[in-house]
Amino acid sequence: MSVLATLVTAAQPVPVPAPPAPAATITQPPISYPAIMPILIILGAACVGVLFEAFLPRHNRIAAQLVLSVLAILVAGWRLLSYADEMPETGTITLGRALAVDKPTLVLWATLLVLTIGALILMADRTVERGGYFVADAAVRPGTVQDRAQAGRGEMQTEVFPLALFALGGMMVFCAANDLLTMFIALEVLSLPLYLMCGLARRRRLLSQEAAVKYFLLGAFASAFFLYGLALLYGYAGSVQLSDIANAAAGTNRSETLLFGGLGLLVVGLLFKGSVGPFHTWTPDVYQGAPTPVTAFMGACTKIAAFGGILRVLSVGFGTTSWEWRGVLWGVAIASMVIGAVLGLTQTDVKRMVAYSSVAHAGFLLIGAIVLKPAGLSATLFYLVTYGFTTLATFGVIGLVRNADGEATHLSQWAGLAKRSPLVAGTMAFLLLALAGIPLTSGFVGKFVVFQAALSDGMAPLVVVAVLASAVAAFFYLRVIVLMYFSQPAEDGPTVTIPNLWTTGVLTVCVLVTLFLGIAPSLVLDWTSSGVFALQ
Amino acid sequence: MTPTYYLLLSALLFTIGAVGVLVRRNAIVVFMCIELMLNAVNLTLVTFARINGSLSGQVMAFFVMVVAAAEVVVGLAIIMSIFRTRRSASVDDSNLLKY
Repeated sequence: MSVLATLVTAAQPVPVPAPPAPAATITQPPISYPAIMPILIILGAACVGVLFEAFLPRHNRIAAQLVLSVLAILVAGWRLLSYADEMPETGTITLGRALAVDKPTLVLWATLLVLTIGALILMADRTVERGGYFVADAAVRPGTVQDRAQAGRGEMQTEVFPLALFALGGMMVFCAANDLLTMFIALEVLSLPLYLMCGLARRRRLLSQEAAVKYFLLGAFASAFFLYGLALLYGYAGSVQLSDIANAAAGTNRSETLLFGGLGLLVVGLLFKGSVGPFHTWTPDVYQGAPTPVTAFMGACTKIAAFGGILRVLSVGFGTTSWEWRGVLWGVAIASMVIGAVLGLTQTDVKRMVAYSSVAHAGFLLIGAIVLKPAGLSATLFYLVTYGFTTLATFGVIGLVRNADGEATHLSQWAGLAKRSPLVAGTMAFLLLALAGIPLTSGFVGKFVVFQAALSDGMAPLVVVAVLASAVAAFFYLRVIVLMYFSQPAEDGPTVTIPNLWTTGVLTVCVLVTLFLGIAPSLVLDWTSSGVFALQ
Repeated sequence: MTPTYYLLLSALLFTIGAVGVLVRRNAIVVFMCIELMLNAVNLTLVTFARINGSLSGQVMAFFVMVVAAAEVVVGLAIIMSIFRTRRSASVDDSNLLKY
């Protein structure tokens, strides 16, 4: 007890026994509307989408929802670009210091918006699967007569579009959150729609529902940890503003137990969302069970949002104490790379294999995130951009390889795919090489800049482990390529479905970006290194 | 009575909740344990608001309550749908996705 008593007295040198009387008037903090307009547009469109669900007849909804969401994203992107010109060099901190709109925020927002348009077009594709990837009526019990009847109906739950927009809004706030409470609310706003979207697959509904339950229970568990970390840091600094925590940590005699206990719990919650290292257990199950376009959305956008948050928390909130916690995150990064690379070798399902690859990639990203210098920030942002486009296209292609039971994701079914469909096999091979980090793809440049930043910051051992892990990981990507090109196709093997024009367009753009960033990365590198986080 | 005891109590409640999530088998009970963890955090926030002499901790507790309520809506919907399919809310029965 005495230990705890000293802990609290140390936490607050001058304890005030009673809270002061609240101020008589509360002044509204100034709000910079141009800065937060993209968020307002996205969340507003999501609310309109909910109204569409309520008032439009069912057969009109999918077209209306798709047009509304894509339009909203385009308008948000236009507002974002026009704000980028007028933004002050150091960024804007608005809404009572709750949101920081600075150069890294704009990079992350733009990437999220572009990738979400792609994911929404994949979700709306109804040529690959009759009626679309999503179930017509999620409330009907799987395996019943009604379920078989609805499986034939060419409809889908169009609620996925407003849900995706809410998730996107949450991700955008998450990247920009300048205090931990805003970050927590954004975390929930981005997670809750994703839990639901995971459970809406048209085929294999039991797997889909199971993925939703697992994601929900583990996600809620992790956000409870994040929240307890927030509470301890509030006790430490008397505020949840990232900059206040950094100031409080710089040279005081407050309790370090509260600071590092809080930081540890907080980081567990963040690493869970980014599916890093030992906190990845949900990733393979959820990636496999969720409808493939939702997996593409999660794999690309959640990773970007989570690492945007991790970057900001570590560099703005805990930059002053980095030498104390950095060793722990070294260990986490190594664990993540080793787990992803080694367990990826044993997988027999393509979606699970890419899920483990995303765990390994999370380890590489974490290396960039703990550099805490402008070079590390820009390298990590660049890696996120490249990884997002490659992952979106990878899952898009996986969704096309199908047999009578739906997607053929077992590796043995991919044998000899190049003989049936050279184009799809070639695209997949290129994307897997990009994930492996082969030169002339964006994956190589991404890894190169991250390792370079880490080396310049004295993290050579970590880079050695990372290079070894990428070599191991390359083996399971190459295994798929060998399987596609040098095996005899099975008699009853899967066929490749021809998607509609829009999906083809999305896949083409993602592949071209992957190639372009591998050949001429400087354009995007200039953009990601154009600014640092706003500090206030 | 010092506020320290409340911090101790909330840490205890949080630990009970976390252990409950790990050892209980029924999805509803697991979910209730998560709610217990969130409420333990509320107690911590309010106690620190008292110690620090600022109101913001109490305001944050309200935010946490709203988020917890939203989480209940989504969570119970998901757990109900899987319960109707399987006639069981045990997390051990959801074992199709593995390795």
